[in-house]
Amino acid sequence: MPILETIGLEKRFGGIIATNGVSMSVEKGARHALIGPNGAGKTTLINLLTGVLRPTAGTIILEGRDITALPPHQRVRRGMARTFQINQLFVDLTPLETIGLAVSERLGLGSDWWRLVGTKDEVTREIAETIERFRLTDVMHTRTATLPYGKQRLLEIALALACRPQLLLLDEPAAGVPEAERQELLATITALPADVTVLLIEHDMDLVFSFADRISVLVNGGLFVEGKPEEVARDARVKAVYLGEELDA
Amino acid sequence: MPSAADDVSAFLARRGRWSPLEIAFWVFVFATIWLFPGKYLIMKDTAVLALFALSLDLILGYAGIISLGQAAFFGLAGYFAGLIAKYGIINEPVFALICSGLVAAGLGFITSFLVLRGSDLTRIMVTLGVSLILGEIANRYSNVTGGADGLQGVDIAPIFGLFRFDLYGHTGYVYSLIVLFLCFLLARRVVYSPFGLSLRSIKGNPLRAGAIGIPVNRRLIAIYTLSGGLAGVAGGLLTQTTAFCSLDVFSLDRSADLLLVLIIGGTGYLYGGLIGAVIYKFLQDWIASLTPQYWQFWIGFVLVVIVLVGRERVEGWTAAARAWIVSLGARRFARPARLRASSERR
Repeated sequence: MPILETIGLEKRFGGIIATNGVSMSVEKGARHALIGPNGAGKTTLINLLTGVLRPTAGTIILEGRDITALPPHQRVRRGMARTFQINQLFVDLTPLETIGLAVSERLGLGSDWWRLVGTKDEVTREIAETIERFRLTDVMHTRTATLPYGKQRLLEIALALACRPQLLLLDEPAAGVPEAERQELLATITALPADVTVLLIEHDMDLVFSFADRISVLVNGGLFVEGKPEEVARDARVKAVYLGEELDA
Repeated sequence: MPSAADDVSAFLARRGRWSPLEIAFWVFVFATIWLFPGKYLIMKDTAVLALFALSLDLILGYAGIISLGQAAFFGLAGYFAGLIAKYGIINEPVFALICSGLVAAGLGFITSFLVLRGSDLTRIMVTLGVSLILGEIANRYSNVTGGADGLQGVDIAPIFGLFRFDLYGHTGYVYSLIVLFLCFLLARRVVYSPFGLSLRSIKGNPLRAGAIGIPVNRRLIAIYTLSGGLAGVAGGLLTQTTAFCSLDVFSLDRSADLLLVLIIGGTGYLYGGLIGAVIYKFLQDWIASLTPQYWQFWIGFVLVVIVLVGRERVEGWTAAARAWIVSLGARRFARPARLRASSERR
């Protein structure tokens, strides 16, 4: 049974069709990659899936339930979390507070206005676990705005994972990360828990082909090809459309 | 072996602890009852203004909602407190004050839906509009509110039937201070809670806040309601301590003054409204005694200087004091990050 399914998903901005009838499904436990040339509508699709944008037409199904009309925060509660292509962090908070937010929220303590943050052991334990797992311990009291970019990218993923999603959408996690910090990030992505389904959007072909067990190619807002990495790599049309464009660039 | 978990919980436990400076601040505030017995009236006005500013700081400094209509809550509760006292509906002042706050909170809840959408500019106009509408209603129904003459014949009963409001303002001042302190405790509790932290995340990045499961709108409604309630308590307090209420409780000046107070004192650390109110009131009083006609000129001048010098530099001047507080072991009271965050939005 697929964990995520879209049926005829469509998004128009005025006369522009950003997402054109996308019907795709992501299997439970999969490492699914979504690739496509610039402007293919990858980020629009992610925004539709997570509820930032409302589709013009079509349906989104998460674990068998229609979530098309749900606001973003309720999709998170149903087990879908995401990272952003451009960091969307709380620059004035520390990583500790940032992770604390997500953990408190997930445990249903977010509207608790009487207790202090972190007076519950389960909260502090989980914050500490997450921070250690993402090797943020040494910077956990540093204001996020002043963290090195690579650490911010790690925090971006840590924050999504602190929501304990069943489905994690990674929007170009390696984008702009300098070479020196890159290995740590790639190792983190590879080591993501196996029970978390991952939908990865990425430009980095090395990462895509080493990570994914299934690849969908998006072109001009529509689903172009979908298959196993070997199949996609062999596909002449993909080479023409996608890799060709890469070579031109 | 100290693990990261211990470190985390130790840090979080320290986060909400009272620092020596905070304790000293409140000890001094209550000491003013004995220190300056001749200044009760202006000190009482300051306490009311401080509470009012605290209510705005909760939405502006923590949730990033800018408002130019905080007077709506202040005025509504002010008239409510006056009317229930005048007609003897609720005589006991403390209970009446709580009811006034609840009425204002009700208005906050209803109007919160208007500020959920839109940018800062929209919010300024909408909040201003609400206070203007209420002011006009109060003006129209002058048979109830007394119109331009103000609400006459308000007789405030003794607090708990024991403490009568005296001519010198002694009871009024002590009463106002206690109310201010209790409201401050509530606000302090709220901003250090998970709820308060989520507000700061919404202020910083509402998109991401939604993406980690925070119901952004619901949180904003909650804090706007609470803020309205506290502004209402301030309004009720003014009516009770002056036994009078006039149309200027709804005036734009009142809301605008409040923003000035927060600009002077700073937003997002709770004490900004309190310190700002003290500076503003005493500056006003001092300048007015020097040049009764031109005091507004000098207030304006001081504001321009503050903005030109910049909040950052003022923070620089206080850095030494903050370092000292840190060395006393109560860390993270006035964190620079939060101060900087609050001074500008976007």
